[in-house]
Amino acid sequence: MIEFIEGPLWYLALATFLVGVAWRLIVLVAMKRPSDLSQARSASGGLGGALKALIQHSVPHGGNLGRTLYHFVTGYMFHVGLLVLVLFAAPHVEFIQERLIGSDLGWPKLPRWAFIVAAEAAFAGLILLYVHRLTDPVKKQLTDIDDHLGVWLTFIAMLTGCLALQEAHDGLRATHMLSVEALMIYFPFSRLMHAFTFVLARAKTGATYGRRGFAP
Amino acid sequence: MTVAPGTIAPDNRPVNVEAAVTKMEALLGGHIAAYLDACVHCGQCAQACHFHEATQDPRHTPALKLQPMTRVYRRSKSPFAGLKKALGLAPAITEAELRDWEPLIFDTCTMCARCTIVCPMAIDIASVVAATRQAFVAAGLGPPDLLQAADNARDKGSPLGVTPEVLADRVEWLADDNEVEIPLDKEKAEVLLTVSSIEMMKYPDSVVAMAKLLNAAGIDWTLSSKGYEATNFGVLSGKGDIAKTMVERIATAAEAVGARTVVVPECGHAYGVLRWSGANLLGRALPFEVVHITEYLADLKRQGRLKFKPYSEQAVTYHDPCQISRRGGATADARYLLDGFATDFREMTPTGNYNWCCGGGGGVQAMGRAADVRHEVFRIKMAQVEATGAPALVSACANCRLTMDESKAALKWDKELISIVELLADNLVPADKG
Repeated sequence: MIEFIEGPLWYLALATFLVGVAWRLIVLVAMKRPSDLSQARSASGGLGGALKALIQHSVPHGGNLGRTLYHFVTGYMFHVGLLVLVLFAAPHVEFIQERLIGSDLGWPKLPRWAFIVAAEAAFAGLILLYVHRLTDPVKKQLTDIDDHLGVWLTFIAMLTGCLALQEAHDGLRATHMLSVEALMIYFPFSRLMHAFTFVLARAKTGATYGRRGFAP
Repeated sequence: MTVAPGTIAPDNRPVNVEAAVTKMEALLGGHIAAYLDACVHCGQCAQACHFHEATQDPRHTPALKLQPMTRVYRRSKSPFAGLKKALGLAPAITEAELRDWEPLIFDTCTMCARCTIVCPMAIDIASVVAATRQAFVAAGLGPPDLLQAADNARDKGSPLGVTPEVLADRVEWLADDNEVEIPLDKEKAEVLLTVSSIEMMKYPDSVVAMAKLLNAAGIDWTLSSKGYEATNFGVLSGKGDIAKTMVERIATAAEAVGARTVVVPECGHAYGVLRWSGANLLGRALPFEVVHITEYLADLKRQGRLKFKPYSEQAVTYHDPCQISRRGGATADARYLLDGFATDFREMTPTGNYNWCCGGGGGVQAMGRAADVRHEVFRIKMAQVEATGAPALVSACANCRLTMDESKAALKWDKELISIVELLADNLVPADKG
């Protein structure tokens, strides 16, 4: 079973993730979209607007920040914490070097204290976001099954990752891999795709309104 | 007074659900799909929406307005749509749902785009709402008075019944009464001026003011009975054919007189539609430039062709019409006009591109059933103005003005509403004294 999880299933999950994400993005980009025949206020407005929107919507701006500040803090705690864990947790670095790159490229590994800080930030961020989703009247109206599945699959992957940190038991490591594989297979067909589609959405709005003179 | 959800009573009009779905499938391009895929249901947009803020009703969360399109996307265009459909994971839209969504798509969205500012994905919900309205109209839904206004525009020339004959009568009356030349149907002119029927019927002084200013600057201009109505209720109501007809009339008139510039009067959505969607509705680039009256007057002021006596009668603040400032990009021009003219000008907070909507944009002004919620929304504007201490509010949109005038009366508010064009015309320095 462990061999299957760490072998064929891993490659199936990886292929599903990579091909699925690429396919989703290609389909989105290839779908017809209306051309804009209006005369732009400035020739570079579209490109400038797209770039501005890509950057500006990463931070709170424009006022009415009550809800935004909560999401900004908890969202960055979760996303940055998770990204740091995925890319720099010592077992992940070894895994990346052995299974994905095939050589030691000197990828830096997180010291234990940094792993704990990143993990705490990621867990706290995710839990705070989810509690808000369950209790806030606005979010409750918007939430669907995809939102719950995305959170729980991510949470389980993070939790099993912590349990497997010491690599004391092959079963724990396999459990973590299995949960990550489930997340990777689910990812391209879910709202988790926002990790990529945010670029398309921000750029489209920024370009449209940048032509007009103000990218919101 | 708070407005309870579900205040729009259901009616017995037949609803063609299939027509709505077909229309949404046709309009669901890559740009909308990317928006639907990007929404993470964070609800941050709620705080930027005046309908949510005025009512605190979670149903007025802008992201909820994406639901009809999202449902169609999942069932017919998203990855594995067929599988999802077969497994019952993408249920078909029902008539009851369309009826439930109707007030969200029409009555409580002014398409002001404040929600886009706070959205971490920058989703342009206003553009999705505009497309969704077309689908609802295809199904036979939509506020009857808004749809009637669009039909009036198609059949009579304007939503308020300003036919070419009425236009000629009103122009003659205004010209005589105010001793101002208002050229109509000149054979050739550099500039075609358009009017909003709201101005023509309710605020005619605004038309007179535009004429005085253009004449004072020595502009070669005309109105045209072939294309005069600047408002476009085709776009607001989701009736694409009428939207195109209204743009075609102006384009035909402008081309007939050889106008190089079409000036849009004090009307936000008229500017947004003609300036930014006109060419797209026609399917060809417009052979003339489109400018809002504030842009045009600001340019004349820059050239020294218009001069004004300083206005020091009272402190004033400025309300940004959403389609001129945030969605139109012409935010600076009104301020350039007020700069050095209004001696005690006070910006409200927030202002400019982040200003709050009046509550009547997107055709909401024309929906009688939305009046109560509009008045509640107006309380936000009242608070903004009162915080400045200014007794008067200047703006550049007849639709905003009408919305605010009605709410002002309903709420017994004592501040003054002033048209920027009228204020400038009243304080014009005659050319021979400039």
